[in-house]
Amino acid sequence: MMPFQIVVLWSDMLVWLLVAAGVGLGVLIARNPPLRAAWRRVGANRVGMAAATVLLTFVLVGLLDSLHYHLRMEGKPGQPATYAIEVLSVLDALATPLRSRNEKTYSEPFATRLYAKESIDLPGGGTTRDYPRLKHGGKHLGDDEGAVVEDAGFTAFRAAAIAFVGWLGLVAAAGALVGRQPGDAALSGLQRIWRGETDFAWNAVLATLAAILLVVVPLFWLAGSYHVFGTDKVGQSVLYQVLKSVRTGLIIGLVTTLVMLPMAVLLGIVAGYFRGWVDDLIQYIYTVLNSIPGVLLIAAAVLMMQVVIDTHPQWFSTAAERADLRLLALCFILGITSWTGLCRLLRGETLKLRELEYIQAAQAFGVSNGRIIVRHILPNLMHIVIIALVMDFSGLVLAEAVLSYVGIGVDPTMTSFGTMINNARMELGREPVVWWSLAAAFSAMFILVLAANLFADAVRDAFDPRAA
Amino acid sequence: MLAYIVRRFLYAFPILIGVNLITFALFFVVNTPDDMARMQLGVKRVTPEAIERWKAERGYDKPLMLNSDASGTKVLTDTIFFEKSARMFVGDFGRAEDGRDIAHEIGKRMGPSLAIALPTFILGLFITVSFALTLAFFRATAFDFWGVVLCVAAMSISGLFYIIGGQYLISKVWRLVPISGFGDGLEAWRFLILPVLIGVVSGIGSSTRWYRTIFLEEVNKDYVRTARAKGLPETLVFFRHILRNALIPILTGVVVVIPLLFMGSLLTESFFGIPGLGSYTIDAINAQDFAVVRSMVFIGSVLYIVGLILTDISYTVVDPRIRFE
Repeated sequence: MMPFQIVVLWSDMLVWLLVAAGVGLGVLIARNPPLRAAWRRVGANRVGMAAATVLLTFVLVGLLDSLHYHLRMEGKPGQPATYAIEVLSVLDALATPLRSRNEKTYSEPFATRLYAKESIDLPGGGTTRDYPRLKHGGKHLGDDEGAVVEDAGFTAFRAAAIAFVGWLGLVAAAGALVGRQPGDAALSGLQRIWRGETDFAWNAVLATLAAILLVVVPLFWLAGSYHVFGTDKVGQSVLYQVLKSVRTGLIIGLVTTLVMLPMAVLLGIVAGYFRGWVDDLIQYIYTVLNSIPGVLLIAAAVLMMQVVIDTHPQWFSTAAERADLRLLALCFILGITSWTGLCRLLRGETLKLRELEYIQAAQAFGVSNGRIIVRHILPNLMHIVIIALVMDFSGLVLAEAVLSYVGIGVDPTMTSFGTMINNARMELGREPVVWWSLAAAFSAMFILVLAANLFADAVRDAFDPRAA
Repeated sequence: MLAYIVRRFLYAFPILIGVNLITFALFFVVNTPDDMARMQLGVKRVTPEAIERWKAERGYDKPLMLNSDASGTKVLTDTIFFEKSARMFVGDFGRAEDGRDIAHEIGKRMGPSLAIALPTFILGLFITVSFALTLAFFRATAFDFWGVVLCVAAMSISGLFYIIGGQYLISKVWRLVPISGFGDGLEAWRFLILPVLIGVVSGIGSSTRWYRTIFLEEVNKDYVRTARAKGLPETLVFFRHILRNALIPILTGVVVVIPLLFMGSLLTESFFGIPGLGSYTIDAINAQDFAVVRSMVFIGSVLYIVGLILTDISYTVVDPRIRFE
């Protein structure tokens, strides 16, 4: 009997559906020469590929966090198995030390004591006011608390050395791969990578990987014995919260586009292709939706969703499920409010395309409208769709933080960059200043959004026919 | 021209009706007034009588669209739709949860909102256009490259960071201006400096980049080449020809947001405690005051549509090639 039971949340399903859709899109692109050429240009772009490497690291964290399960409770033999209510993910399992070793309240990064003084009972009776020792942070040091810098430095150095060796292995593998591709026979694979003479920007990817490994491996190694990003008000590791926030941000950025895309593409093409009253109707719908300022429409829709959720508690068996559905509803609402821009672009482009000779030829041959749209119009709109997809992502991640701050974002129990910032916003007013939660949330968000922006630029440069 | 403007306003009417129907559907059909009452009253105090009283106090106890019990025009007018949604067209927004008249409250709060939004808008436009023009002037140099890098980095930073960081650094550490609040008359400037500054800074990244592309598109046009061929110095080409022509898309692009300045900014106002429309909306969202949110949605759409009409008019004003029939 398995010691756990797999739980598939709705958002997990959509995440894996997205992965499948991505693979499907990849196959489609591989069969379409112009798109394949465009993706090759993306692959040759150094900045773009470095950004993609960072993005993939975030995606990996998000995917690990999208495999959920319940643990089986210890029970008497012979009884039906019961499962814990808490829903865990593979990421939680990997980060068990981060998740379980909670302190009492705030503590600074790499601290061995809490940030504020408390009354401590002395062993011989009586009390004193001092900074209490942390339960977990730097426990292995014992009484030798002054050795934090040496200990952490040495541990980080050892971990970095191991990461470097691992990276060398990756470089060797990439060199072997490049060496087998046709090219200048006088140069080995590694030399070609070093000189940047490869079609794919291997040098950028490997350099980024080196940076990621040299930061991430020592960080997690140290996280085994310290709170590397400190702890928050309830003593939870900030690093763990950052990891959990990644999935929320990715889901907001990706699932929203999944909601928006079919609507925008279908309505945009239909309006541009058939014109007449269909066009008028679709234009009317998106003008109306567009004329409501985005935040207000989202606020109104989210308020109403809250009422639905609050008045129907029987729909949700666990808190995780409720938070999950609320996240999806938020994606849905964001999707409904953001499809209009892409729809208008696609309508305009379709209006232009339908007048071109090759479409008229297809019509003269008696090809059906549906077939013309799928075979002749849609492929020629793909570049607009792809550009819009990658451009929207970073904006959505940023929007989540703002919406959660305003109180119309994700469920307050769900960890996200927005809820982290929202919970920490009063901390700068404390004495001493508690800066680490905010710093960690903003930095992680900055890295994610910057990578997304740079990748989006690379994709736009490669796909936009005007830029070529 | 006048006939065109009148016609545009007539076109706007069906759109406003659409907005009205959407908000009506969101606020009264997706959730019945009973649900709202239960939510507002809280779980403990929910009794059928309490719900009825709550609805009656707010006029939510009528039928939604058609009142079959009434006679004559009352069939249509004695309904929630007419009382709560259709009346917004004449500026009657009803009362908020605290009993105050929403229309009066909105009129009172527009001033503070505008006091922040207008300087932010003008200053921000001036600074970003100048910065973009400089980048375009030094195009394809290291200065341009690092300027764009800076813009991309700036637009990747969350707007919340600018506000929280700015408040911490300038108000708490350096103690230059008060952290938050609002004053009357001339005293207000001390409260306005920081939110305006932060508003300008947080918009620099994306706007500069956008304006820079507009300038660069203009740089390669035929008339610019002609001007250079005539021997005009590059600075004169930029300021006399490129700047003036690039301002057409820039100005027509920003006209649409001018009416929306009245709405203020949700984030800035709530962080700095400005008693404007943005913080009014946030408070309403947090207190789940549905009447206020509904009114703000309607006003926002009206202002947006006015902005669209102004955009169209501004096209004809600044670009004599465009004529609307």
